[in-house]
Amino acid sequence: MDHASPLERILRGVALTVVVVFFMFPLVWILLMSFQTNETILRSPPSLVFQPTLDNYRALLGGRLVGAGSTLQVSYVQNLMNSVILSVSSVSLALLLGVPAAYAFARFRFRGSEDIAFTLLSFRFAPPLLVLLPLALYFQQIGLANTYIGLIWVYQLIVLPLILWIVRGYFEDISPDVEYAYRLAGHSWFAAFRKIALPLAGPGIAAAGLLAFIFAWNNFVFALVLASADKQPVTVGALAFITASGIQFGQIAAAIVLSNAPTLLLALYAQRHLVEGLSLGAVKG
Amino acid sequence: MAGIDLDNVTKRFKGTAALDGVSLTVPEGETLALFGPSGSGKTVLLRVIAGVVQPDAGRVRLGGRDVTEEPPEDRGVGMAFQNFALFPHMSAFDNIAAPLTARRDAPSVLKAGVERVAKLLKIDHVLGQAPRQLSNGQKQRTALARAMAGQPKVLLLDDPLRNVDAKLRFEMRLELPRLLAREGVTAIYVTQDYREAMALGKRIAVLFEGRIAQIATPDEIYHAPATLAIAKLFGDPAINVLDVTPERDAHGPFARLSDRRAPLDPGLAHAVGRACVLGVRPEAIRFVDAEAPGAVPVTVEAETPLNEKTVTLAVTRRGRELLISRPAGAPGPATGPAHVAVDSVHALLFDRETGARIAPEPPGGAIRGAAA
Repeated sequence: MDHASPLERILRGVALTVVVVFFMFPLVWILLMSFQTNETILRSPPSLVFQPTLDNYRALLGGRLVGAGSTLQVSYVQNLMNSVILSVSSVSLALLLGVPAAYAFARFRFRGSEDIAFTLLSFRFAPPLLVLLPLALYFQQIGLANTYIGLIWVYQLIVLPLILWIVRGYFEDISPDVEYAYRLAGHSWFAAFRKIALPLAGPGIAAAGLLAFIFAWNNFVFALVLASADKQPVTVGALAFITASGIQFGQIAAAIVLSNAPTLLLALYAQRHLVEGLSLGAVKG
Repeated sequence: MAGIDLDNVTKRFKGTAALDGVSLTVPEGETLALFGPSGSGKTVLLRVIAGVVQPDAGRVRLGGRDVTEEPPEDRGVGMAFQNFALFPHMSAFDNIAAPLTARRDAPSVLKAGVERVAKLLKIDHVLGQAPRQLSNGQKQRTALARAMAGQPKVLLLDDPLRNVDAKLRFEMRLELPRLLAREGVTAIYVTQDYREAMALGKRIAVLFEGRIAQIATPDEIYHAPATLAIAKLFGDPAINVLDVTPERDAHGPFARLSDRRAPLDPGLAHAVGRACVLGVRPEAIRFVDAEAPGAVPVTVEAETPLNEKTVTLAVTRRGRELLISRPAGAPGPATGPAHVAVDSVHALLFDRETGARIAPEPPGGAIRGAAA
């Protein structure tokens, strides 16, 4: 915007700063907390001046929580690994199932297609607590409780509809003529799906996968009920910091920093690709 | 053996028929222009041939082989889409190479094949570029090159010149027939532009509301259109349409135009007394002196000089509007009262009810009826 006057530019700068401060403040504050002891965190009034310490991170990664006069074992690293396993596997599975399904819903009008698509979406409407109790009972009986497979299965309730509906929209935006053109050139429909539809919907699939990953990563309630200590993700594992001798704010902050880092970095990395033009000017409207 | 043979093809969308019993044969190596107003079913017909749309009834034969049930990739058809439908994530080279990669040609064969059509269509200098970097004309040529690269027996062109500018359209209109002839393909060329249809097709099929209204040479379509609607679509400025009821006297059948006797073709005696419409091409009316036989008084309202002709809008005493075309430079009034003579003997006569043309009976011959 070269035509903006200096005043406009200043005002825009101020507005952007306000927005950035508003959204970044919690992140920055947590980051600062993670380098402080409980005493400096809880001092009143709060201050930005403190002696930074790495104790919180050391405690998390070492698995030993040194409280007031007692030592507590925490399995934070194990939790982090669980989060990675659960999120990566459930998103991979959902992509594997959801992308072809989204393509089918986008391209073919078959009997009940809208109903099926809507039913899948409706899984997102149900309050998780409503389904959890019966689900927990069934899982106990068929031996899926406290297994990765069981959890990954339940995570599909969160990620599959998301991926299905987002990716379907992207497939619908691709002109069917582009695929027909590929098939008329002599390629099978599956080749057209692989070489035309998939690459063109690529940014959309990446966006949906990323969103689904964040949703899976942040899930709390399913894992709380269906997993015990050794399968718990970080979201549930963080409960361990609420100890008998008080809430370990410093460690919680450090745990949050560590557990948010992957999603944050992923989002920052993917952002460039997500913003990339989706329709590359092939079809003249 | 016919290149393309459609037998009673019908396709309905939500109850309305997009194609209603279309039968059509294109001999091998011929280019047929498929002409019709928008919504007449041209694109659907092309897609049925390509296999992209399944017909509800009827058969599609290509080169004598029934392909009605075959998927598009097995039909050996090349198609250029109206919206180009280029693969946006591939270079122009890879776009054009698509029919060749499907055959798993060796890289050298592939390269030679792409360069051959690219040179033919004069886009060999942009092969490395992505579709979004191409101009509209280059996109259109790339789409055409892709359709032709596989040297298909049948080529379907869906209004390929619609989205390109007038200059390029004119060039391509001249180039395309030569190109198609050189490739020796059987082609169907869809267009909404009657000039394009006349320039490109050896024959023109006129599609109206999902039915073939007429298949004939460009000349026949212009001089003996099957219906009034076709007569209105071919010709610019459009044909003049006058309601008449033919009468008859000792000299033969005639129509009354502004109370003057306008003689009709003697073979039209059987149309006497029927409610008809007289179609007079703008070039069949000329300005004459008031004393000339059959002169009709008119008032000239407006004049549009075009490059090669001048079009005049005149109004008769009864308020009927006439478009009159004369070669540029020919004398004629620009405004005010004038007189015109109508070449009614060679005018076209249509039934007012059905719009079908009433053909003159050949002297002493059997009734030919409305041209079918």
